[in-house]
Amino acid sequence: MKQKFLMAAAVLLALIPVRAGNITVKGSDTLVILAQKWAETYMGKNPGTKIQVTGGGTGTGFAALQNQTTDLCNASRKIRAKEIETCIKAFGKRPTEYKVAVDGLSIYVSADNAVQELSMEQLEGIFTGKIKNWKDVGGADAPITVYSRENSSGTYEFFKEHVLKGKDFASSAQTMPGTAAVLQAVAKDKRGIGYGGAAYGAGARHLKIKKDSGSPAVEPTEESVLSQKYPIWRYLYIYVNPALDKGEIRDYLGWIQTEDGQKVVKDVGYFPLPKHLRN
Amino acid sequence: MGIRRGHRANLWEWLAERVIFGVSLSAIVMIFLIFLFVMREGLPIFLGSMSSSAVQEVIPVEQMDQMPKEQLRSYLGLSAKQFAEMDRETMQALMEVKVEQQKEIPNDKDAALNTTSWRYLLGPHQWTGYDKPEYIWQPVSGIHKYNIVPLVLGSLKATCVALLFSVPLALAAAIYVSQLARPTIREWVKPCIELLSGIPSVVLGFFALLVMASVLQGVLGYQSRLNAFVAGMALGLAIIPVVFSIAEDALTSVPRSYTQAALALGASPWQAAWQIVLPAAMPGVFAAVVLGFGRAIGETMIVLMASGNASIMSLSLFDSTRTITATIAAELAETVFGGHHYRILFMIGALLFAVTFVSNFIADLVIYRLKARMEGKA
Repeated sequence: MKQKFLMAAAVLLALIPVRAGNITVKGSDTLVILAQKWAETYMGKNPGTKIQVTGGGTGTGFAALQNQTTDLCNASRKIRAKEIETCIKAFGKRPTEYKVAVDGLSIYVSADNAVQELSMEQLEGIFTGKIKNWKDVGGADAPITVYSRENSSGTYEFFKEHVLKGKDFASSAQTMPGTAAVLQAVAKDKRGIGYGGAAYGAGARHLKIKKDSGSPAVEPTEESVLSQKYPIWRYLYIYVNPALDKGEIRDYLGWIQTEDGQKVVKDVGYFPLPKHLRN
Repeated sequence: MGIRRGHRANLWEWLAERVIFGVSLSAIVMIFLIFLFVMREGLPIFLGSMSSSAVQEVIPVEQMDQMPKEQLRSYLGLSAKQFAEMDRETMQALMEVKVEQQKEIPNDKDAALNTTSWRYLLGPHQWTGYDKPEYIWQPVSGIHKYNIVPLVLGSLKATCVALLFSVPLALAAAIYVSQLARPTIREWVKPCIELLSGIPSVVLGFFALLVMASVLQGVLGYQSRLNAFVAGMALGLAIIPVVFSIAEDALTSVPRSYTQAALALGASPWQAAWQIVLPAAMPGVFAAVVLGFGRAIGETMIVLMASGNASIMSLSLFDSTRTITATIAAELAETVFGGHHYRILFMIGALLFAVTFVSNFIADLVIYRLKARMEGKA
């Protein structure tokens, strides 16, 4: 019995050095570029640490977190109760949540479109299919083509919850495989409208957004997003199994929230975390 | 030497034969296993034993200690082993999460429906917020709406356009190349068409997305840039080489003596090709079309990129469309393993499998009949 125990201990000890210094990150496609930049910068400064980043989508990341095939999960939305439940069943604890950056979603139209601003209510109408013509929102008399994302994307879910208030997208909404594809489609389609992360901003024109019909129209800039004047924004998160939240991983997560880590956020095109949310 | 048979066969020949037999057998077994796997994953939907109903009973956390053990275990959805190993704190956390889940359920009269039952998979329903009963595919939603009719229609629309576009072209090319073209031309044209099949479908899809969609919209002036028509045309490009090469083989394998006899009796080369060779090669030509159908309905990347992927119930070819294959490709990665969305996707995958299987089977049957008739056996 004692021998067996010793052997097990030896095996465990042999495993630990391999485990340490290797961090796997998986999840949201929105975060994948940012996470890769973080990893590169961090590995440049800490040559002993190896960080592997893969995308696949927020849901995939949570699934991997539950199966314990990844250390960190990138998420572009908050974790759901159902997902917390499976996590508790898998490792007995709620995953720890870290806010790591802020993302403002832009609404894109073709550069030829006369419309300059929309209210949240008008957006809801357009994307649920209630408003079908540009002339109803102050544009030319032309039908609106709605471009959306695939329903596997965190951006899709965020937009649905936040802008459509949980209602369904119009079934005539065309779904594109990525924000870049949405932008391309909108750039080529004078009657098109689409949405996407601020990081992909170049290519088509974004609209100013009004919280309601009485309030001023706001452009998505760092100032307006961080001061929450611009109404369509979200936090980006990293989730971790609390049992793993120590040593290398703790250092890495801490570094992400420092000035250094948040500078990378800006470089990639998202917005840095407000100071009071950094640990 | 000659070929040796039976017990006198060379050991190596015997071995080679066995190996080849094993390989072909494993292919058959593999197909069978894949089908079994897809069916197994989709089976709960076929049988209607899955429920997506969001409403469940919630027990306040404080009552945890009064609950009988067995009731607590089934309420938390734990196996006996899990339950025995779990400490009180973890269970309390689970109880709290159950309450949180209840808050996430939309306040909606449809929340209690099991949308994975066949009635909602195939029939229209008036969901909250809709003006009339509709066929809706909105799997990621407060209420999961899984109506597969728009997807089936979308697949059929794109496939029909593809066949209508490619079959006449491919058959005409096959007749020309095999019967009418001069040998030098044939040597150039045939490999060129077959080269089309070497284009990866993702490249064709990209081409359709960027170039074909704009050009066709410019010419025909319809509203949505990406639609069943564009996707169908691009699909057509993908299946032209398939239909062409099989049809060409079939036409070429008609004995030369048929043509020669027709020509000797005074037919023109065109008459010989159209009235003699084509009917004689009909089984092969038919097989080519059916294989083209199978390839078109199963093709994913092109439709994913060029069809617009909007699940609209409409017969117009110029509306965006969402096919079964594109739906599976786009959504499967994000589904919860073993959840109802996951199972539904496998179910439509199995459906697709069945459709291609049945179409190939019917084709085989027809070919067999036609062949028998041609050879004067029936």
